[in-house]
Amino acid sequence: MIWSRHNTSSLARADTALTRVTGSIALAVAVLLGLVLMLLIKESGAVLAEGGWIRFFNSDGWYPQSGEYNLLPMLWATLAASLGALLIALPLGVMSAVFSRFYAPVWMVSPLRRIMMLLAGIPSVVYGLWGLTVLVPLVGSWMPPGSSLLSAIFILALMILPTVSLTSEAALTAVSPASLQGAAALGLSRKGIVLGVAIPEARAGIMTGALLATMRALGETMAVLMVAGNVVQTPGSLFDSVRVLTANIALEMPYATGDHRAALFASGLLLMMIVTLLAWLAGRQQAGDERGHAHA
Amino acid sequence: MRKQSLSFPPVSIRLSGDMILTSLVWVATALVVGMFLWLLGDLLFHGFNRLSLAFLTDAPQNSGREGGIGSILVSTLLILGVALLATLPLGLGTAVYLSEFSANKTGGKTTRLIRMSLNMLAGVPSIVFGLFGNALFCIWLGMGFSIWSGGLTLACMMLPLFISTTEAGLSAVPDEWRQGAAALGLSHASALWHVLLPAAAPAITAGLMLSIGRALAETAALIFTSGYVDRMPESLSDSGRALSVHIYDMSMNVTGGDETAYGSALVLIAMLVLISSIAVSLTNRFLAQRITPS
Repeated sequence: MIWSRHNTSSLARADTALTRVTGSIALAVAVLLGLVLMLLIKESGAVLAEGGWIRFFNSDGWYPQSGEYNLLPMLWATLAASLGALLIALPLGVMSAVFSRFYAPVWMVSPLRRIMMLLAGIPSVVYGLWGLTVLVPLVGSWMPPGSSLLSAIFILALMILPTVSLTSEAALTAVSPASLQGAAALGLSRKGIVLGVAIPEARAGIMTGALLATMRALGETMAVLMVAGNVVQTPGSLFDSVRVLTANIALEMPYATGDHRAALFASGLLLMMIVTLLAWLAGRQQAGDERGHAHA
Repeated sequence: MRKQSLSFPPVSIRLSGDMILTSLVWVATALVVGMFLWLLGDLLFHGFNRLSLAFLTDAPQNSGREGGIGSILVSTLLILGVALLATLPLGLGTAVYLSEFSANKTGGKTTRLIRMSLNMLAGVPSIVFGLFGNALFCIWLGMGFSIWSGGLTLACMMLPLFISTTEAGLSAVPDEWRQGAAALGLSHASALWHVLLPAAAPAITAGLMLSIGRALAETAALIFTSGYVDRMPESLSDSGRALSVHIYDMSMNVTGGDETAYGSALVLIAMLVLISSIAVSLTNRFLAQRITPS
């Protein structure tokens, strides 16, 4: 950006003012994150100060009335649901991306992308509604009660699939044409090109997409709340009803007071820490990927 | 890469492996498309009967089983309006600062802090924004469960997305235009007003549309900020139920509310599809426009 320093003084004064104003707005927005963290810590302070963090992991269970706030069962449920969803969505998403990049007839590519974008834009509460009225009875007819970890995994998988697919497709598109042509010139089959050249080269981008999708699954509230049954217990099988951390906040926030409320804020803080960790990993992944491309 | 490609199995196995992968890839895609059609079909099938002009304008009756979603649409739009009122100036200011002013004036440290903070904010789960909004707006600032609280909470959620799209739009304006403006003796401020912002307007609007889409889809952040009350809001400090919250309430808490839930879901999706089409066409126009002048 090249700017003349020889503006007339009144114009320059307007520029200085504008810089100051936009700069302070930008700072205020940046402070927002600090404010979020500060409020979460302050509001959960009541519980944190009394028993320390340890109380969330060694109490007898989640009994807010008697001051027992064990988050572990819900933490396990959250992790199980998210990982299960990723296990389904990752292969399906990558394969559908491979399809539109290497296999699809030309006329199918753009409608497919449109479908993925539509799926990505459907509100989570609508996924929840569909899960509740269609998926849960279906799972229930096979293995009652239906509101279960499995339903949560299915719904979450459907929700994060577009993220995985769209990021994988972008990563596959970024594979250098030279390597693809080289592979083709060596007489590799389409499978050889896809598995031996394209996917290895796009791996970092696919991984970043998977991390983003996991973040979305971990933070999802409504869809899981509506299909998982919300019984606080450590999941023992796929057909157990479970309650995840986010659902717990949404269910109990309306009436929680005192220490109970503080415990909910603490679980929000825990959630934010997990998601931030993943975001940091994704950022490193991306940076490593860019460095790798620079070397190549 | 080359070493790997040389170690492939002999031709006969490779051919059958090829067929397996081809069919796997087709099946996976068919599965995804099938799920999509199933979902959409169910929504249309269950919700279509409920749709009518009266559904859009009438007040909910019998806790939503009958009547329409008139008051809920009004609350939704009011919440969105409040959110936009806060997002637009804050988002535009931040994006302008990041793309036009920050480059070498603050040594980069402040800029990096702002960017890091925005990236982290973009990843915060919506329910955590709900907690934050409840603590800050409803209780600390004494707004209670109100359209103000809900809208401002949504604004916090929309900001990162709106800022990043707006900044991208501004950065995409060719530098020649800035140089041209400078050569004409325009101040930075008037160049921004007369050249850069108009040039980036389609991209900014597209970003705005995406942010609105995100806000309309949001439920978890609104349940305990703007609340549940389904009557027509009388002022912005009244509690108002957003459309997404209505869908949640109809399906979870009201027996026999499923049909209304599906009808509301159809209305919500129609709004989202409309908004995203506008965003897509604006983005395309912006990209097309960029190729010609520079």
